[in-house]
Amino acid sequence: MGKGTFSGGVHPWDGKELSKDKPIVRLEPKSEMVFPMAQHIGAPANPVVAVGDAVLVGQCIGEAGGFVSANIISSVSGTVKAIEPRQTVSGAKVLSVVIDNDGEYKTVPGFGEKRDYKTLTPQEIRDIIKEAGIVGMGGAGFPTHVKLTPKNPNDIEYILVNAAECEPYLTSDYREMLEEPEKLVGGLRIALSLFPDAEGLICIENNKPAAVAVLNELIKNDKNIKIKVLKAKYPQGAERNLVYAATGRQFNSTMLPADVGCIVQNVDTICAIYRAVAENTPLVRRIVTVSGDSVKEPQNFNVPIGTSHAEVVEAAGGLVGEPKKIISGGPMMGVAMYTLDVPVQKTSSAILAFAEDEVEQYESSPCIRCGRCVGVCPSHLVPQKMEIAARLFDNEAFEKLSGMECYECGSCTYVCPAGRRLTQAFKQTRRAVLDARRKK
Amino acid sequence: MSKMYNVSASPHIRSGVTTSTIMRDVAIALMPACALGVYQFGLRALLILLVSTLTCAATEYIYLRLMKRQQGPYECSAIVTGMLIGMNMPPTVPLWIPVVGSVFAILVVKQVFGGLGQNFMNPALGARCFLFLCYAERMNTFQIPQKVGNAIINYGAASVDGISGATPLAALKAGETISLFDAFFGFTGGVIGETSAAMILLGAAYMVYRKVISLRIPLAYLLTFSVFVLLLGGHGFDFYFLACQLCTGGLMLGAFFMATDYVTSPITKGGQIVFGILLGILTGLFRFYGNNAEGVSYAIIIANLLVPLIEKMTMPRPFGKGGLK
Repeated sequence: MGKGTFSGGVHPWDGKELSKDKPIVRLEPKSEMVFPMAQHIGAPANPVVAVGDAVLVGQCIGEAGGFVSANIISSVSGTVKAIEPRQTVSGAKVLSVVIDNDGEYKTVPGFGEKRDYKTLTPQEIRDIIKEAGIVGMGGAGFPTHVKLTPKNPNDIEYILVNAAECEPYLTSDYREMLEEPEKLVGGLRIALSLFPDAEGLICIENNKPAAVAVLNELIKNDKNIKIKVLKAKYPQGAERNLVYAATGRQFNSTMLPADVGCIVQNVDTICAIYRAVAENTPLVRRIVTVSGDSVKEPQNFNVPIGTSHAEVVEAAGGLVGEPKKIISGGPMMGVAMYTLDVPVQKTSSAILAFAEDEVEQYESSPCIRCGRCVGVCPSHLVPQKMEIAARLFDNEAFEKLSGMECYECGSCTYVCPAGRRLTQAFKQTRRAVLDARRKK
Repeated sequence: MSKMYNVSASPHIRSGVTTSTIMRDVAIALMPACALGVYQFGLRALLILLVSTLTCAATEYIYLRLMKRQQGPYECSAIVTGMLIGMNMPPTVPLWIPVVGSVFAILVVKQVFGGLGQNFMNPALGARCFLFLCYAERMNTFQIPQKVGNAIINYGAASVDGISGATPLAALKAGETISLFDAFFGFTGGVIGETSAAMILLGAAYMVYRKVISLRIPLAYLLTFSVFVLLLGGHGFDFYFLACQLCTGGLMLGAFFMATDYVTSPITKGGQIVFGILLGILTGLFRFYGNNAEGVSYAIIIANLLVPLIEKMTMPRPFGKGGLK
């Protein structure tokens, strides 16, 4: 069993009080919706509708482009307006299906019908999850049906629900646990039914006692589900650290959690499994936290995927003043966006708007070798030396320093007193190394 | 597109601790020891501290201007170096000596090697050792002029107490016994900033509280040195002698303020322990088997030179490498 923590990590101000007591509000926007065909790791999906086609809520508009890929499902009813490259969260233009939303939310037949998962075979459950287009909604977007189909299913001993939500400001998972805990537990039961010998561990940081209490009540009769309370610190929710903190098992960048007998799923993903299997509702909506000091009324929304960020921010009362920075996701690993005019996708956990950009306030100065980066690195690397290698474009030295074990959590950059852009250098070098490997 | 928001790589927040705040904390932590030095040795001590600090800051400023090096936000590191140099001066030293030492520290030890973060040994200690080699006699004069004319103003409480020549550590070396109370609180002869273990520990506690230093280096250093004293110090398990050894000389100042210098100590956690142990052994060797009573400065600058090697040997094992399965 794990000790509930790991060595390293940081404690930024968590900002969760802005939105943690705000109930989830369901949004039903009436405007144009954009569905990028690549919202997940793996091959992009292929559009299966044509311009002018009428679509319904729950209709597949993009079919998985391979095994590691995922379907894209329409979250609204209306007509297909265009199929063209559109700007996405990452800044890249991605082929997208654009739907003229009629605002009526007419659904496909059978949508939302209750179903007893116990009557389904494991293969049927996996197929439903695959059809529903479910991917890891914590940020990486790894297709869930692939995760649930490990090479050696009998080796899986734990299914971990990643409810750490260690990124500052994010409260979407927390609200979902408070408001729909039965869906979380139900989804976990379904996942466990695929692995009869596995144990379910709901991993929650100790700064969310209310969620722990609610879930404890629900699982008291489940022998194979436990709650593992973890120490609140960033990056507790990073897969490798979560598995270690909860089970004591370690794995590195070349391995998957399944290699140490674990499957890790985020809260929203587990709930999506429940909705897909027990309520015949594919992945068409997700919970998004809108927060930051430039948002008028920070709160949590249940948003149809494909909605423009601008529209979600409008629903939160709009922006106050002139924000300098807009972030999709948390402030530690999220992506800064120059415009709000991009669609919410499966992996969008939050929209943050800040009046000040902290990054521009700190000039980079010489490294004083204080060792803070070494102390906080959750992968036990030496970022100070990695940065020298990265600066010299010495990819070989970077790899020797185990630079590829870095998962870009940003802790080193957060603590660096010299304001050095360590994570940025590592991102570039890691991409360069991966590119070079691909060319071989 | 009306307005574009800022775009940068994550993370988008910072801890707020900067090089300047760290150096400021170190300077604050040095204040108690400096204050006691001024109380003990009078205005003369204050003058020496000011001269060394100002010389360091001015030397750095002029050098950076002449070399047209970019001036970032001012980070106070030269001020810390200057304070440490002043604290390492005997109160009787002529004022040009701290000036020479400060220029040497900033120019030769620090800037020539690339400035902040690039010096291979602690600039203040480099200067101290340089001065001890070049001006041995002046640097070893601890005789305080007594009760003559303005002695009390110039030389503070020490001139009243009639502190004689030798530093307590030299007295220990000569086989005399000293008062542990005086040594701990600093009512002895010696250089301005190192006489009072109590004041140095007070400053160190502040640095630990502010998370400026970790205790790995000082604790490994002091523990190793203690073991060395008990086993090889020639006094057997004499804890009074051990306590006197710990409280005298530059040991406390060295362990908490000089050995913990970021730039010249290992960055790896394991390396910091190795570094501390090495310091303890070297200090013991120099103090008990060397010619001088004092050994801390040489121990630290020699260990400074071994830092790259220590780091290479103590690289941490990446998380998950060679783990289960």
